[in-house]
Amino acid sequence: MSALVAIIRRDLLLAMRRKADVLTALFFFVIVTSLFPLGIGPEPTLLRKIAPGVLWVGALLATMLGLQRMFAADHADGTLEQMALSPQPLVLLVAGKNIAHWMVAGLPLVILAPLLGLQFDLDAESLGVLTLGLLIGTPVLSLIGSVGAALTLGVRGGGALLSLLVLPLYVPTLIFGAGAVHAHASGQGAGGHLSLLGALLALSLFFAPWATTAALRIALE
Amino acid sequence: MKSRFINWFALANPSSFYPVAGRLIPWFWLLAVVFGVAGLWISFFVAPTDATQGEGYRIIFVHVPASWMSMVIYIVMACWAGLGLALNARLSGMMAQALAPTGALMAFLSLWTGALWGKPMWGAWWVWDARLTSELILLFLYLGFIALQAAIDDPRRADKAGAVLALVGVVNVPIIYFSVKWWNTLHQGASVSVTRAPSMAHTMLWGMLLMALAFWMYAIAVALMRVRAIMLEREAQSAWARELREVVA
Repeated sequence: MSALVAIIRRDLLLAMRRKADVLTALFFFVIVTSLFPLGIGPEPTLLRKIAPGVLWVGALLATMLGLQRMFAADHADGTLEQMALSPQPLVLLVAGKNIAHWMVAGLPLVILAPLLGLQFDLDAESLGVLTLGLLIGTPVLSLIGSVGAALTLGVRGGGALLSLLVLPLYVPTLIFGAGAVHAHASGQGAGGHLSLLGALLALSLFFAPWATTAALRIALE
Repeated sequence: MKSRFINWFALANPSSFYPVAGRLIPWFWLLAVVFGVAGLWISFFVAPTDATQGEGYRIIFVHVPASWMSMVIYIVMACWAGLGLALNARLSGMMAQALAPTGALMAFLSLWTGALWGKPMWGAWWVWDARLTSELILLFLYLGFIALQAAIDDPRRADKAGAVLALVGVVNVPIIYFSVKWWNTLHQGASVSVTRAPSMAHTMLWGMLLMALAFWMYAIAVALMRVRAIMLEREAQSAWARELREVVA
């Protein structure tokens, strides 16, 4: 447990020392979502309809931006090999890195989303559902993404390849996340969608760190 | 003492699998042609014209087998991948690598023929139907697998990384299918559906089954040919590959 906390602290500290990386992804999210009304037009009913989809796709892409950094620097300077050799189970360290990545890349998106949702004229309850959905869904994005990041570690053209691998796997999260807001708006209630998002989170929390560990060991061979 | 069982593990060695595959390939091609000719004959001349869809429905004799194969090949690929990770056998990775392009081809063929069928029947090349969408994502998964293998130079690492990806993918395929299905019902209500197929005439079913068998045989034949090429490519330096007749000649 102390190893888990230690690695989270370490990754957060590293992220805080290179704030530009974190902020770039965050501003990317803001800019991308602001571009849609400019491209589509300012009609409030239309904006209200596309808001969940736009914000979720923006969150997906913004998470993608930081994924490669999850292991790349540690791989380059040999830290990752030391972690693999350490007496602590690697899967625990991987989980720690995932949590840290989410706190740096996912949590700010969750906090910013209601503000951006206001630009799309969403009402308070829809904003709540959207934020709750993102809160449950963004950890899934970090967890699934870490598998892709580990698989493409040190591979030619890693960035583009990573999006090709990971984005198709993000589809269910996107559907249930954006679907929750739509379901709420149509009066069905968001409970079902949010429960399914929770199920996705439970599944990926259980399986993804193992898959990432396997992929890391392959990359370190 | 000679064992009563075939020694399957001996076949896992490329040098012993290579000639076996070579002997099997003509047979699979032969079966593919026989089933294909019989299936096409039934589908074009024997199967009756559909009451509602006219002659245009005949494309399902290609479309449905291609869709089946695209899914089956992914599962087979994931099985080889799992086997490769568990037993650390070289052949498994080669088989997975050999199957992927055929699977991608089948997924593409399924989408393409689906579009050709959809235009006259639904009046649109593409609708966001659950099956179409999940087939498209399956194609993306194949492309990701192929791209990952192509990007890694060391073949052993490429095999293992591809295996992890294939296993992650195979867990996700049903999740993606159901999520797209629910998404679709939420958005579109009761729209056109491929599922409500009217009860088929027996001859149609036979035509489809024969075509499916032809696709199976074709897929096996092509995968075996490709795996032989991969073996030669990877093991070009080894003694057994240098002594092969086709290499020496």
